[in-house]
Amino acid sequence: MKPNFLKRYKQQLPLQLMVIPGVIFMIIFTYIPIYGIVVAFKSFSVTDTISSAPWVGLNNFKIAFSDPFFWSAVRNTLAISFLKLLIGFTAPILLAILIFELKAGLFKRSVQTISYLPHFLSWIVVGGMLTSWLSTTGLLNSFLMTIGILDEPRNFLVEAQSYWMIAVLSDVWKSVGWGTIIYLATMASIDPTYYEAAKIDGATKLQQIWHITLPLMSFIIALMFVLAVGGLLGSNLDQTLVLINPLNASRAEVIDSYVYKIGLVQGDFSYATAVGLAISIISLILVIITHKITKKLNNRSIF
Amino acid sequence: MAVLRPKSTVPTKRNKPAGIKENRLFNTLNVLFMIVFTTIIIFPIWDVIVGSFSSSASVATPGIRLWPEQFSLDAYRVVFNDPSIWNAFLISVLKTVIGVTTSVFFTAMVAYAMSKQDLIGRKIFIALGVGTMFFSGGMIPIYLLMRSLGLLDNFLVYIIPALFSFYNMLILMNFFREIPTSLEESARIDGAGVWRIFLQIILPLSTPVLAVIALFNGVYQWNDFMTARLYITNEALYPIQMKLYEIIVQQQAANMQNVVGSVIIPTSSQTIQLATIVVATVPIVLVYPFLQRFLISGMMIGAVKE
Repeated sequence: MKPNFLKRYKQQLPLQLMVIPGVIFMIIFTYIPIYGIVVAFKSFSVTDTISSAPWVGLNNFKIAFSDPFFWSAVRNTLAISFLKLLIGFTAPILLAILIFELKAGLFKRSVQTISYLPHFLSWIVVGGMLTSWLSTTGLLNSFLMTIGILDEPRNFLVEAQSYWMIAVLSDVWKSVGWGTIIYLATMASIDPTYYEAAKIDGATKLQQIWHITLPLMSFIIALMFVLAVGGLLGSNLDQTLVLINPLNASRAEVIDSYVYKIGLVQGDFSYATAVGLAISIISLILVIITHKITKKLNNRSIF
Repeated sequence: MAVLRPKSTVPTKRNKPAGIKENRLFNTLNVLFMIVFTTIIIFPIWDVIVGSFSSSASVATPGIRLWPEQFSLDAYRVVFNDPSIWNAFLISVLKTVIGVTTSVFFTAMVAYAMSKQDLIGRKIFIALGVGTMFFSGGMIPIYLLMRSLGLLDNFLVYIIPALFSFYNMLILMNFFREIPTSLEESARIDGAGVWRIFLQIILPLSTPVLAVIALFNGVYQWNDFMTARLYITNEALYPIQMKLYEIIVQQQAANMQNVVGSVIIPTSSQTIQLATIVVATVPIVLVYPFLQRFLISGMMIGAVKE
């Protein structure tokens, strides 16, 4: 086998020439930035290169841990992410179950088509829509005043205490329909004889959902849960950048937007990298813990 | 939704008529819920469209609108007369068309080579790729990389970093593997080289999966705003999303000043924002019917290889 390695390589040289650009791409755009993390342990100024900047050890991390804005961003990130996980993770499961129970036909297809639509709008477009709906003359105020909940219009986007709810609900609005696809596909693969047997025994819809649908979906739910935890602390940037303003910043600033602000706006690359690295490590620990828990619950490994 | 359980009927397992009644109630409530749900999705979008065709005065007065009260094309006139919006739209079209074509072609090329089981180094390449899905240098190291590659304030920053996607590569690789090898072999006997087989046999046979990936890529490229936000400062290179972002930020600043009460907001800016939203979304709406057809199969191709 080995002696003709060179000969074999030569033979498949045209194929190798096709794959090598992809490998070079991955090395440049993923692995070189990983080396760039050393910036977090250096004092990097705009004129430096990564290797020329002087080492400062853990200094940047020490600064982060005594920085109240860092902790405020951590708090907001955790709060928004956990609310998103709580509501944004369960909502598609419930919606999928309800869509599954609809009779196949035009109505069901329309519901699905409409529910996917917001997924295809960019966060900028949704952010623009939100500024319009939430403005004092916008849809939400008009609605709340019509049904008598509010007497005076409120400007929700500048009220810091409303921000978490706005962030979470707008995210659910945008993603709930799209999130149902994977669950609907799973449910479509459930053997219909289970349901028929249950119906003969007189089980109601809710009993069928509770005793058949949910147990048979538990593996895919656990898988989606671990994936959701993996992305928990790092996917709020687009949304935050469109919705943040000086009046709601105390509740809206998340780690990613904070890294963006101190790194790219204020130019403190080293400190920003350290903050980003700290949160990646927290994220990794969360994934490992969740994986352990779901594995215990499920008696099945996901990875 | 446990709340949907009717309070009046006691769920009795053996009592068949009660079960049927309860199921009918469930179905009715479910349909009602779906009507409310789709309204919540559709109505805010409709509200934006209506607002964009209304006069700025009628948008500035509160009220739920089903139809433009005072129909007006003023906002669109402003938007279409703004050369910077035209420019941004053009940049978006260019970055989407060029980005999708190059990315699908490049990824497919790598995937074709990777679909050969006996490719030397294949396992190492896969391991490298899996790593890209789990590790990332983070925002600042990636920014520094773009800077040293000279991609800041360069149109190519929309194209080059998006050239290759390992995830899409896996999908394509698995698809190519399903193509019968006899097709390739007969071509090879006829003297066709690797490139000829790839271009004239493999790619044409893979149109459905290429279309799915192109559509998803296209939506990403059209909606992408972070690339411009992070790496572009030259306004001539702004895509439409970035232009819209600027208009939204101005609008929010105006809203805030309105709260403080010192400045009267220029009321026309709100309708201009709405019209820009519509303009920035029209291409997505145009491809949506095509997306619809492909997206389920696309999701499933993706999910199976998870």
